[in-house]
Amino acid sequence: MSNKFIGKSVKRVEDKRFITGKGRYTDDIVLPGMTYAYILRSPYAHARIRSIDYSAAEAMQGVVTIMTGEEVGHYGVPCGWQVNFKNGDIMKEPPHPLLVKDKVRHVGDAVAMVVAETRELAQDAAEAIIIDYEVLSAITDASKAVLPGAPLVHDDVPNNICFDWEIGNPKAEVDEAMASAHHVTSLDFVNQRLSPNAMEPRSYIGQYDNVYDKYTLYTSTQNPHLIRLLMCAFVLGLPEHKVRVVGPDVGGGFGSKIYHYTEEALVTLASKKIGRPVKWTETRSEAFQTDAHGRDHVTHAEMGFDAQGNIVGLRIKTFANLGAYLSTFGTAVPTYLHGTLLQGLYTTPKIHLDMTCVFTHTTAVDAYRGAGRPEATFLLERLVDLAALEMGVDPAELRLKNFIPAFDGVTQPGYQTNVALQYDSGNYHSVLERGLEMLGYENFRKEQAEAAKTNKILGVGFSTYIEACGIAPSAVVGSLGARAGLYEVGQVRVQPTGKISVFTGAHSHGQGHETTFAQVVADRLGIPMEDVDIIHGDSDTVAFGMGTYGSRSLAVGGSAIVKSLDKIIEKGAKIAAHKLECSADDIEFKDGKFTVKGTDKSLSFGDIALTAYVPHVYPANLEPGLDFSSFYDPTNFTYPFGCHIAVVEIDKETGFTRVKRFIAVDDVGNVINPMIVDGQIHGGLAQGIGQALFEGVEFDENGQITNGSYMDYTMPRADDLPMFELDRQVTPCPHNPLGVKGAGEAGCIGSTPAVVNAVIDALWSAGHKVKDVRMPMTPERVWKAMQPA
Amino acid sequence: MPKISLTVNGKTHTHEVEGRLLLVHYLRDTLGLTGTHVGCDTSSCGACTIHLDGKAIKSCSLLAAQADGSSITTIEGLAPDGELHPLQEGFKEEHGLQCGFCTPGMIMCAADLLSHNPDPSEQEIREGLEGNICRCTGYHNIVRAIQYAAQKSAVAV
Repeated sequence: MSNKFIGKSVKRVEDKRFITGKGRYTDDIVLPGMTYAYILRSPYAHARIRSIDYSAAEAMQGVVTIMTGEEVGHYGVPCGWQVNFKNGDIMKEPPHPLLVKDKVRHVGDAVAMVVAETRELAQDAAEAIIIDYEVLSAITDASKAVLPGAPLVHDDVPNNICFDWEIGNPKAEVDEAMASAHHVTSLDFVNQRLSPNAMEPRSYIGQYDNVYDKYTLYTSTQNPHLIRLLMCAFVLGLPEHKVRVVGPDVGGGFGSKIYHYTEEALVTLASKKIGRPVKWTETRSEAFQTDAHGRDHVTHAEMGFDAQGNIVGLRIKTFANLGAYLSTFGTAVPTYLHGTLLQGLYTTPKIHLDMTCVFTHTTAVDAYRGAGRPEATFLLERLVDLAALEMGVDPAELRLKNFIPAFDGVTQPGYQTNVALQYDSGNYHSVLERGLEMLGYENFRKEQAEAAKTNKILGVGFSTYIEACGIAPSAVVGSLGARAGLYEVGQVRVQPTGKISVFTGAHSHGQGHETTFAQVVADRLGIPMEDVDIIHGDSDTVAFGMGTYGSRSLAVGGSAIVKSLDKIIEKGAKIAAHKLECSADDIEFKDGKFTVKGTDKSLSFGDIALTAYVPHVYPANLEPGLDFSSFYDPTNFTYPFGCHIAVVEIDKETGFTRVKRFIAVDDVGNVINPMIVDGQIHGGLAQGIGQALFEGVEFDENGQITNGSYMDYTMPRADDLPMFELDRQVTPCPHNPLGVKGAGEAGCIGSTPAVVNAVIDALWSAGHKVKDVRMPMTPERVWKAMQPA
Repeated sequence: MPKISLTVNGKTHTHEVEGRLLLVHYLRDTLGLTGTHVGCDTSSCGACTIHLDGKAIKSCSLLAAQADGSSITTIEGLAPDGELHPLQEGFKEEHGLQCGFCTPGMIMCAADLLSHNPDPSEQEIREGLEGNICRCTGYHNIVRAIQYAAQKSAVAV
């Protein structure tokens, strides 16, 4: 152990290739003999395919092959999580074919794939394919899709209901608590659909080697091994040892690159069929139609209070839109990643969520940064802030009154919620108190009162959140319907010269694992960081892994590496003891040296590494080599929390809202690299603020996305955001060896309701007592909220 | 097919190109300069930003044929081999990148900004980046990276 790197803002080792243009993303890879695929997609949200005629296309110059549902429609991609109806019936799980042959179910549904010598020739040929569609009526709103007479997405799924589900206390107890409440705040709102918009469009290359009978898939994924497992075992029936999946540099994911997409299997099949590599890269327009979306809840929520302002109950009815097909995690997001977070930071004694998950004629919905937890935080934090306004009490005071008291999870037990989870450790009051201090709360209220008399009104919005991440204990998620384990694998190979190759099943697509993980390894072994290489993203070099999502890489993947490091140090001590002629118990390992306790007799880590591979003087019954692999399966989720505060300024003439200040005090447990953690928070904040003010996928009545490009879908840009004001508190995670909780999603989970609350606060300050402004809170919507009813 | 001749990162190239070939695809596919990225299809994201005759342009909004006779710099040619441009250094020092996909376009755009305005305010930097989208950083550290480069260049002068 040494203490040189952990906790330091070490500059990222991966940066050099990216800042010089040498990153290697999937679309940058060119293989000999490569062909290019274009996928012909449905222009309709719901239509029966009467016929497909591709004879003219097939005869065109440069066309290598054309595939349709007739050929591959029997293959389909699976859902990874089974959730049952309240009555115990298994969820409806209609097939999600690689190519559709009978009926298209959303705009962008894939109908045919053309493979040609160039991308342009493939597209030319696709335009010559004639498809006769019988257009049918479509439904896009989950709360309306369940009504009698709504068009059915799948003929054998009545009322478009995939399943209904509930969590919390018995409904009758919650009803009773609400009935006896002194004040009930209720709110109807839409947590709108978002497009994740990783900047790198999805890209895949299928390659088949007929000499070794081996497939390689290059894919812009967050989890190469998971893709291999799903594609081999559940889609194509390929032998797993004959398939290599490589996730090279990946340009952002935010959840959207977790899932096994149909195109991954299609390029794999096509490469075998034609005996040449096949590359497919989506356009941004395709990304809007086919990358899994996030959120899309329609909710009625009520929070009850007693006369003293204590929360006595929470009752929620939500319709969650799953899209036309089940994506890999689609069913878990509105249930186990959402309902289980409804305790929030509060001691709410009675909670009930009634959830209906619904098919519609839209792009599949799955995990997008935060995945279910932003939706939980949004509804809780909106209700608490609105209740404070309605009851005429201070929103910060109301929170402090209802927070769960601090507990460390070591000397005090974890906090058992009413919605299944047990929080690991927390200190919630202090993050809010620190946030108020940074804000200068008293001064702000004076400023606000002054501004209320002008055309530029001010508002402050609070959001105090908790999330469950570090996903996840396999036994727990297995009992909840997950069809995979959620451990992680970390292998540490000490080379004979003492250099270290670390193989991790986590995957970095911006998170900086090559730096953070190397900091951990270098400090644990007391060696320089440049002696450590972090290898990820290739199923042929990394033994196994579940990948990166749910803020799990360091908490789960890092812990797996630490387990292997412990084994290396333990074995190294045995080798050192033999050479130094003492008992292994008398060896201590510190600053890269194995030393006989209380003496100056020692051997360096490099000496021991060499001895392990040149075992001439070596303990009997000890294997040579110094190379360990470990699986780490956590005992609990981790629970980061924090306080986000937004200050907004609204122009009364135009409704234009500007975020003037954004304060975030986050507690993500121990921090290995503060610079990287801050960067993760910044990015999350921008996405959360984006949902509040700018973003939202819109459909027309025919199921067309009306803003499916960057001309129309408002991405947050540099001049839309302020410099963020960050601070941190550290409450270590008590159950993993690094004490870390995870920082990837926190920014996105806390920030959205802070901005909405700030807008509502500003509106109330100017006498406009509205309950909600629908997101994204465009100038038009905010302006309308200020006009006389 | 039109024949074009142009200078890219100091080297002259001559090729026959399809009339519809976009400059970005010429750079990526014909010349193998894959540091210039394609992030959208509406000239909105700026990932393909390069310098053409000293000015930042989006290379997806120009045909290769239109670049005939021009002098182009891409991210690969911004600094001599083995050296970093102050902006490249700034992005590393200030953690101005995460996934790295928008980074080349951001750097090329910022280089153009600093060439016109060597000491921009925070607001001028933000407005200068208006044509480039980053999904990872929230722009906070990109702004700081550009401030770093501006300061460093000022010291160098």
